[in-house]
Amino acid sequence: MVTNVTNFSRSGLYDWMAQRVSAVVLAVYVLFLLGFVVCNPGLGYAEWQALFSNNAMRIFSLLTLVALSVHAWVGMWTISTDYLTPMALGKWATVVRFLFQAACGVAMFAFFVWGVQIFWGN
Amino acid sequence: MIKAVNSQRPVNLDLRTIKLPITGVTSFLHRVSGIILFFGIAVLLYGLDKSLASAEGFAEVKECLTSPLAKFVIWGLLSALLYHLVAGIRHLIMDMGIGETLEGGKLGSKIVLVVSTIVIVLLGVWIW
Repeated sequence: MVTNVTNFSRSGLYDWMAQRVSAVVLAVYVLFLLGFVVCNPGLGYAEWQALFSNNAMRIFSLLTLVALSVHAWVGMWTISTDYLTPMALGKWATVVRFLFQAACGVAMFAFFVWGVQIFWGN
Repeated sequence: MIKAVNSQRPVNLDLRTIKLPITGVTSFLHRVSGIILFFGIAVLLYGLDKSLASAEGFAEVKECLTSPLAKFVIWGLLSALLYHLVAGIRHLIMDMGIGETLEGGKLGSKIVLVVSTIVIVLLGVWIW
């Protein structure tokens, strides 16, 4: 039996779980960062730089990048398999969908590398 | 009908032929906001990169964020983020078995729209 090969974990249940776990990480990071910016109205470069060069923050940011990569892949995969279908696109749907997913994967990988450079390079 | 993916997932209905109920509207907005955020990552990373690279870069980003266009773009991106967050929290609540009935789903969708509208307006007030 052939099952899906382009989804994240080759199992809908694991994808579902990965989506939830990564979502919680992303939510905590976003709320923390928004809270930090809102609580520091006259934010200067020194404080901003100190926050992101803190080792705990670097690890937190890297964890968030991993979570973002997983979350974005499962999300874009779900959308592409729902809308880029033969019903919508005809016989080239599989090719279009695969290319779309490949582009999403390459973009997300580039975002990940860029993020690592920002969080660990500065 | 030709199956899109060779699996046991339920086959999607043709969205062009059905009127979306409120639960469908919030679900669709969740997807749209997700796509916006996927592209928005590039904008946010660019700003973060510049603001952390040097004090001049930080000042440049801060200066840029005073322009109406930049404010609008950031407001739009963060609105997508906040909507996605609120709708996502609702998903986690539903995963716990709360609000899974048809009525509960409709009520949950209304709550998502009201709460996200409030936080998006507050965000706009904070930005301007």
